[in-house]
Amino acid sequence: MLVSLLMLCWSVDFFSSSKPTTVLITVPAEMINSLFLISHSGDIFLEKHWKSVISRSVCDYFLEAKEKAGDPENVAPVLQTPHHYLISIYRGKLFFLSVTQTEVPPLFVIEFLHRVADTFQDYFGDCSEVLIKENTVTVYELLEEMLDNGFPLATESNVLKEMIRPPTILRSVVNTLTGGSNVGGTLPTGQLSNVPWRRAGVKYTNNEAYFDVIEEIDAILDKSGTTVFAEIQGVIEACVKLTGMPDLTLSFMNPRLLDDVSFHPCVRFKRWESEHVLSFIPPDGNFRLMSYHVSSQNLVAIPVYVKQNISFLETGSCGRLDITIGPKQTMGKTVESLMVTIPMPKSVLSVNLTATQGTYTFDLTTKVVLWDVGKLNPQKLPNLRGSISIQTGAPKPEENPSINIDMKLQQLAISGLKVSRLDMYGEKYKPFKGVKYVTKAGKFQVRT
Amino acid sequence: FLRDYAALLSPAAFPPHRHDDLKEMLDSNKDSLKLEAMKRIVAMIARGKNASDLFPAVVKNVACKNIEVKKLVYVYLVRYAEEQQDLALLSISTFQRGLKDPNQLIRASALRVLSSIRVTIIVPIMMLAIKEAASDMSPYVRKTAAHAIPKLYSLDPEQKDQLIEVIEKLLADKTTLVAGSVVMAFEEVCPERIDLIHKNYRKLCNLLIDVEEWGQVVIINMLTRYARTQFLNPNINKTFYGSDEDEDEDEEEKEKKAEAAAMAKRKPYVMDPDHRLLLRNTKPLLQSRNAAVVMAVAQLYFHLAPKAEVGVIAKALVRLLRSHSEVQYVVLQNVATMTIKRRGMFEPYLKSFYIRSTDPTQIKILKLEVLTNLANETNISTILREFQTYIKSMDKDFVAATIQAIGRCATNIGEVRDTCLNGLVQLLSNRDELVVAESVVVIKKLLQMQPEKHSDIIKHMAKLTDNIQVPMARASILWLIGEYCEHVPKIAPDVLRKMAKSFTNEEDIVKLQILNLAAKLYLTNSKQTKLLTQYVLNLAKYDQNYDIRDRARFIRQLIVPTEKSGALSKYAKKLFLALKPAPVLESPFKDRDHFQLGSLSHLLNAKAGGYQELPDWPESAPDPSVRNVEVKESVRAVGTVTYRNTGAPRGPQQTEGSEESDSASGSESGSGSEGSGSASESEESGEVSVSEEEEGEEEEKKTKKRELKKAVQESERSPTHFEGFINLLFSRGFLFSVRFPSLNVDFYLFLPVEPAPSPQVTPVNNLLSNSLVTDLEGLSLSEAVLSPAVSRNASVFLALKSYELLHRITGEGLSVEYCFSRQPFSPDANMVAVQMQFTNSSTSDTKNLHMEDVKLQSGMRVKDFPEIESLPAGETATAVMGIDFCDSTQAANFQLCTHTRKFFVSIQPPVGELMRPVFLTENEFKKEQGERSFKVQ
Repeated sequence: MLVSLLMLCWSVDFFSSSKPTTVLITVPAEMINSLFLISHSGDIFLEKHWKSVISRSVCDYFLEAKEKAGDPENVAPVLQTPHHYLISIYRGKLFFLSVTQTEVPPLFVIEFLHRVADTFQDYFGDCSEVLIKENTVTVYELLEEMLDNGFPLATESNVLKEMIRPPTILRSVVNTLTGGSNVGGTLPTGQLSNVPWRRAGVKYTNNEAYFDVIEEIDAILDKSGTTVFAEIQGVIEACVKLTGMPDLTLSFMNPRLLDDVSFHPCVRFKRWESEHVLSFIPPDGNFRLMSYHVSSQNLVAIPVYVKQNISFLETGSCGRLDITIGPKQTMGKTVESLMVTIPMPKSVLSVNLTATQGTYTFDLTTKVVLWDVGKLNPQKLPNLRGSISIQTGAPKPEENPSINIDMKLQQLAISGLKVSRLDMYGEKYKPFKGVKYVTKAGKFQVRT
Repeated sequence: FLRDYAALLSPAAFPPHRHDDLKEMLDSNKDSLKLEAMKRIVAMIARGKNASDLFPAVVKNVACKNIEVKKLVYVYLVRYAEEQQDLALLSISTFQRGLKDPNQLIRASALRVLSSIRVTIIVPIMMLAIKEAASDMSPYVRKTAAHAIPKLYSLDPEQKDQLIEVIEKLLADKTTLVAGSVVMAFEEVCPERIDLIHKNYRKLCNLLIDVEEWGQVVIINMLTRYARTQFLNPNINKTFYGSDEDEDEDEEEKEKKAEAAAMAKRKPYVMDPDHRLLLRNTKPLLQSRNAAVVMAVAQLYFHLAPKAEVGVIAKALVRLLRSHSEVQYVVLQNVATMTIKRRGMFEPYLKSFYIRSTDPTQIKILKLEVLTNLANETNISTILREFQTYIKSMDKDFVAATIQAIGRCATNIGEVRDTCLNGLVQLLSNRDELVVAESVVVIKKLLQMQPEKHSDIIKHMAKLTDNIQVPMARASILWLIGEYCEHVPKIAPDVLRKMAKSFTNEEDIVKLQILNLAAKLYLTNSKQTKLLTQYVLNLAKYDQNYDIRDRARFIRQLIVPTEKSGALSKYAKKLFLALKPAPVLESPFKDRDHFQLGSLSHLLNAKAGGYQELPDWPESAPDPSVRNVEVKESVRAVGTVTYRNTGAPRGPQQTEGSEESDSASGSESGSGSEGSGSASESEESGEVSVSEEEEGEEEEKKTKKRELKKAVQESERSPTHFEGFINLLFSRGFLFSVRFPSLNVDFYLFLPVEPAPSPQVTPVNNLLSNSLVTDLEGLSLSEAVLSPAVSRNASVFLALKSYELLHRITGEGLSVEYCFSRQPFSPDANMVAVQMQFTNSSTSDTKNLHMEDVKLQSGMRVKDFPEIESLPAGETATAVMGIDFCDSTQAANFQLCTHTRKFFVSIQPPVGELMRPVFLTENEFKKEQGERSFKVQ
């Protein structure tokens, strides 16, 4: 084993040093050569090659790194092996591992792999090992269309759906009975148009366009409750079911709030720059119209406060925990779906707590206390208190765990952003329009 | 299924007959059976099982009618053709037939599969197919041809020259569909042929925004390299005036720069308009949803933009930190490199790099790196406070990294050195050994800077040797004591005594330091330590590790004088106790920017195969005229209406068929027939390229002006050179044209050069020399002057678009709409006529409608509309006002007053309304051209 490792090291050196810098060596270049799907436990359950086949033994380097890293989140997304580069993402307890042999922008591959995972999610409802195994053929057909010779070809969900129909229960029953297929009979015209995100010939009896303005508060609060850092990130998720080729214009009451924006490719930059309106021909179905960041000058309203006291005793292997949550700046709305997550130090054995509202669980393997509070009642503040027991003999944990908060406030965009109107051009009918606002906690963390 | 699995599990059991059932199914004439068989075969391939023995049975179905069967057969074929070359040839004729199909999608798909079959014998067939497809009517087929080029190249590199010809041809393509794919082919086949880009440079810049995301990344990366070979370094002047950020350049480089700067000083730096074009056209892509595109633009700005402009990328990069952790990982690596060169740009976003306990360790460590790079005198206290919370983390690797970060802050920022040192000393009593060990290592480095002040810390650390087990930390302590034994004369020999006792059980690095300590003590305090040293040296003499034996022998020769020992022993003290420079703690990301940012090579800090070096800026700019294109080219290239840049909403593009008939102007074809005001639209597309000029571009504008003047003069000298004049205008970006296929006319637009110049000039008129202007002015005033056969004013057949000035609800019943009537405004020819329509939908009369309190940008003028005495309920009235926008798109703000209320309103003109369009048929144009009568506003 040692010898072979040495050989490998040597070959790495040889590989890099044998390449003169002045002479251009032509390497068969490609963006992505192969893709392997690897389960959480290290089982390679799907492979696809867009060029010559690369043996799956190349994954051993990755599996080794995975073993070393322990936590899958800590596996470096880019690994170098003697002859290949491995670029991977971790999504839905799966590793998407791509193999390439030459220089390629790593983000290019990472972004693409996430797009693949998004597509699976879109098609099968989730991106999991079971579902991918169940739909291997569809997965293969999708991968075939998404990449040509390692270069992305069709990544728009609308175009793909024209070529390969997503499976539904009804269709799979019909297909088994009749031998029908899930490959579209029509040819993908969307690919030809310069509005490639929208398929041609869309028809609905009810024409509707819904927009969800979803804002997330990212915050770090310190022990005393002072804000260390807070910002608002928002997205506008759209569900547009409109006949034909509608051309929409969405305008805001207060577009100046938006500090940094990124758009779906359908949005016309020019109109945004000059008038601060979103002008676009929408894709069909669900899509993310824009993401934005609210300018940091505006003070961020923090909807809840957390009074907490977590302490570990110096002697005796136990500690105390006492957490109370109350409303702060809720803008007159109710805080719902309140959830508190506390990752405990590894030496914690068990907890014995009582919650005045909701239920709590303690996961013995991950040592995470999860308190599902539900609705926050300002009259009767929820409280969780009790004792923590620690492994006997283990030293007192050095630090207190941080508290992560999840919550939801309906009908409110915490930044105050408001959609003023939606206009449609290009089609004659009157669509049904709707806008919904939600505020959630993003990465909302209280240090203790 | 079971049978199938059994066959897979023990292939040796039934070698010749396995998959018989599948073969049977494939041979049947039922599509459903074939499909089922193919699905099972593809599932085998997906699991990595060998299905190659089915090749003959599968390949027979290549012409199957069922589209799904056919697709799965293609999947199989591409996977196994390489192994079964002879059999694969059976399928070729099917694809050759497909290449001739009238349907573009079938042609494309045939080419795609054909080019994916890696069988050398069909190289000539592939070459022919690619060449034909490259001149196909359909842009989609041409795109597929571009994709096929690298496939053929990797199969047979001998074809390079022929393939370059195809690439050259496809690079000239004007459709967004092809652009990304052909540049990808260029990058893989002939990235060194930068000369092929010249003629296509401007077109690529202009098309960029409408190219699909993946193509954008490839084009931007390629253009970054291109720009580095063709333009001058925009930052060269500034380095000469002593920027604080580039301190660490070596002398030689500095001299070189100074020389270049001196040269530049003689000839002030003017940014090439093409350089500017690239920066301007890539900037909006920072708003892309695709992280790879954002990163590509960010690296382009980092490598190409003037220092003052690079800042815009920070916000976009910080935004990416919200994305998946893999994206964060890559972005943070690049940010870490950028923060070393351009710290200021990320300082406002300091807090965005704060670490959450839920971040993965590798992200935490990268964020820490960025925070450390961003630390300076003003923010260090905030950062240190933040670091204090990190030290308490459960994640020990992260804590160790934090301690090192504190060490780096302390060495870089003198003011906080003592604070940091005290903080670190406190950590020495931490319960976690790793934390203590890391602190020791860092303290050692800090103490080296001023040891005399801190003998108490050294004493404290000496005590730690009893408890601390981490080898690196023990070694560090021993080195410290040895180095500064004069500060701790009493303790040092005692430490050596203890170490001598445990010598045999120590790790190698610790043993080496024990030897070191012994040698130094022997030299300074031989009385007390002579025997101990001898003892240690003897132990080392028989150590298993030859490094240690070696070191012992070496030290003995140096310090223990014998008759044999050479002259060196005299200098032993100098050798061992020389003043050692304090170590420099620097970022591992220093100097990584010689790799193109965003690249794999940058991430790995090693050159990856196929990496193209980022060239150094040239000393003097190569000839910019290589990028000029002949007029025919530029008419289409520059004037192409793009989707994302168009301002007004408009009908969608025609999708099917239209591309076939009019492929070259594919993206323009939709605009002609739609009723939404195509004139203004096309003008807006022009606006993209010119009116977006930024403030700091005075220089560029001046040169443009000069060029224009020169051009006019030239054209005046010889009337026949009018066409040349137009060409020049095109190439310089003054003139834009849009083709309306339905009308078979070209529509020329003349765009103002600057948005809002000094008050007294209308720039275009002033720029044109007088004689030409007077010639032209007559033409521009009204259609009566032009012969009716020649011109039809746009307003004749285009519906005027009206805008809302005051909404019924805000106006309490009074609503006002306005439109640009596109008629000359008689009181003042320089003013644009604005026709306003007042509607009173309230229940009472509105009186004394007039305007007041007009607020304008300098140079703009307004002629009020005549006061409307009374507007009865339910009535409508119109009035005309004139505004001289002074060729800018600034809004005219004023108050609209009634007898009871005042409303603040503003009118902002679309650029198109500032110009007067003229339509000419080809013949008429030629006639006009002959007479040199060219109409401008």
